[in-house]
Amino acid sequence: MGSFTKRIEVPKVPLDPFIQSGLAVLLGLLLGALLMVMFGYDPIKAYYWLFRGAFGSVSDIMETLAFATPLMLTAVTFAISAKAGLFNIGAEGQIYLGALGAAAAGGAITLPAGLHAAVATIFAMLFGALWALPAALLKIWRGVHEVISAIMFNWIASHLVTYLVIYYLADPQNAYRTVRALPGACYPILMGGSSLTAVMFVAIAFCIGIYIYLWGTKAGYELRLVGANPDAAKYAGISSRRIMLLSFVIGGLAAGLAGASQILGRPPEWSLYATLGNVVTLGFDGIGVALIGRNHPIGGIFAAIFYGGLQHGSRFMEYHAGVYSEMVRAVSGLIVVALAIPEIVAIIRRRFKI
Amino acid sequence: MNTLSVLKGKRALWLLAAVVLTAIVTYIIEEFGLSAISLFEGGLLSMTPYALTAVGECINEKSGVVNIGLEGILAITAVTGVYGAELFDNGFLGLLVGALTGGFMGFVFGLVSVYGKADQTVAGTGINIFAIGFVQYLLMSIWGFPGIHILERRLMVRPIYTPIGQISIVTIFAIIVAGLAHVLLYKTVLGFRIRAAGESPQAVDVAGVRVDRIRTLSSTLGGALCGLGGAFMSLCWMGGVVKEISAGKGFIALACVVFAGLEPLLALAAALIFGFTGVFAFSVAVTPGVKEIIPFYFVNMVPYISTLIVVTIAIGRRRFPKASGVPYRRE
Repeated sequence: MGSFTKRIEVPKVPLDPFIQSGLAVLLGLLLGALLMVMFGYDPIKAYYWLFRGAFGSVSDIMETLAFATPLMLTAVTFAISAKAGLFNIGAEGQIYLGALGAAAAGGAITLPAGLHAAVATIFAMLFGALWALPAALLKIWRGVHEVISAIMFNWIASHLVTYLVIYYLADPQNAYRTVRALPGACYPILMGGSSLTAVMFVAIAFCIGIYIYLWGTKAGYELRLVGANPDAAKYAGISSRRIMLLSFVIGGLAAGLAGASQILGRPPEWSLYATLGNVVTLGFDGIGVALIGRNHPIGGIFAAIFYGGLQHGSRFMEYHAGVYSEMVRAVSGLIVVALAIPEIVAIIRRRFKI
Repeated sequence: MNTLSVLKGKRALWLLAAVVLTAIVTYIIEEFGLSAISLFEGGLLSMTPYALTAVGECINEKSGVVNIGLEGILAITAVTGVYGAELFDNGFLGLLVGALTGGFMGFVFGLVSVYGKADQTVAGTGINIFAIGFVQYLLMSIWGFPGIHILERRLMVRPIYTPIGQISIVTIFAIIVAGLAHVLLYKTVLGFRIRAAGESPQAVDVAGVRVDRIRTLSSTLGGALCGLGGAFMSLCWMGGVVKEISAGKGFIALACVVFAGLEPLLALAAALIFGFTGVFAFSVAVTPGVKEIIPFYFVNMVPYISTLIVVTIAIGRRRFPKASGVPYRRE
């Protein structure tokens, strides 16, 4: 479908990409402040509590990292497709399926501790990858644009997973969530009182693995080449269909792992809510995180820590400054819009003559 | 000539056949009272936001601006429409507020894509993410209750009673707008310029017409129509807002646009089909005997599955404006 932009162009500016991301973040926060003023809130107080809540103490930082863990993975889902010249916004549906897989494998079967966690995690990743497949296949076979199909699959996943949770996996004692994952399937908590678990290391290792794959292997080079220069890739004999499929499947694995991290690596519930409350919007948040991280898996880790901080700190902002916590998601949307503008640095320089 | 060219081709024939079939099925079900809800009225209700959004996006994309943030605009204007209705104590002014908010967002999107030379897919996604948060923030900041707000019944915009059933005035407007958009695009100078801006911006520029203004104007118009659709959802149809009110409707409208190959009249027909499919599935599902077997969750999937089926079948050799989605830079 030709009417959408063919591929994601990373804006080429002579300036450091860090400046571009930083500026977009600042602009997003500034516009967010404007929206707070419009509704009679005090933005300075709100942002003070937002950042103090996010990074103010060791336990807060631990909590921020717990929030960051799934985000760095859903960011990989978007980033790797962007590197291949695609726009995969299907992480949202894939994380639901991943969480479902983790909840089913973690709660329904019994295996030795440790092995159980590994099996449940792999199960979740496969679920995520399976859910990513149809969108890629429709794109390859029929040229269906991945943005439309991904959104449709997200909504189908939402209803399907809710149904399966309520009808097949619900805890008889607490029908609002699935059966808890068995202790042997859960990742160990790193520090008492916080909800950060060892699953964070798995997530970081996955991101580093993707980095090595993209920049250190021939297959990764081919993937990037298809995204950066489709004609050259075609001339070099690289099958763009294979790359499409591959980038979606890897993205699905990442989103599935993110789903597992919310079930097997997130106390206190160790289960999936019937409302999907503990995985919902994490897929969309990942898009913002990926873009702030310049579609780079390592950049995504740092962007995820920033965004995880916003999410954790937003509770303090809501409590102390009265600004509803969802404000941070609006801010992240504004940051994404700002990041879409390649010449934002130049425009601001021209206007303010810096 | 252009009117004829729209109706030529296999796609238009299929579409026509589908519309006729929809009409016949609806007539039979209505006539024999097979359904507990009125397919005709329900279908028109759920068609309206698709139609308005899709027709607006047709104009948008013809000019070269592709806005995938429609989903977010629908959700935000559903809220601002209700707010406007309560502020002015008048449902119609609520619709106006919704359209204005949508127009403003379309305008901003136009500025970002035309003057900021933005990657439009990324910017549109940004609007959608913004909307997820901002809608909940608005609900909380205005009414102090998370996730949902019910409108007073007296503020709802009442439908008109016609011999064939209750029809909302906005639905009638949406059908007229599709015709008007066709006339605008193919019979007026402005329409010619809009199409040229999407097809060959350099040529428009050389001819002394400002590509930037044409594109910003089209984007604003598209946003305003989408905004009317959003306000329609809350003020004429559902009687309130929930945080997930748009539920993929913006993207279904995009599918209509793709399916219609940017022709407003075909987009209207596509919206009609999507609207009726959803309501038909719903009416089957609530029928005693069926509702015990098929869980409601599967009925909720029908609009999305039918969209997938339609885009899978329909995608063929569509010709989109050459410069659609591409920022124009003066040399």
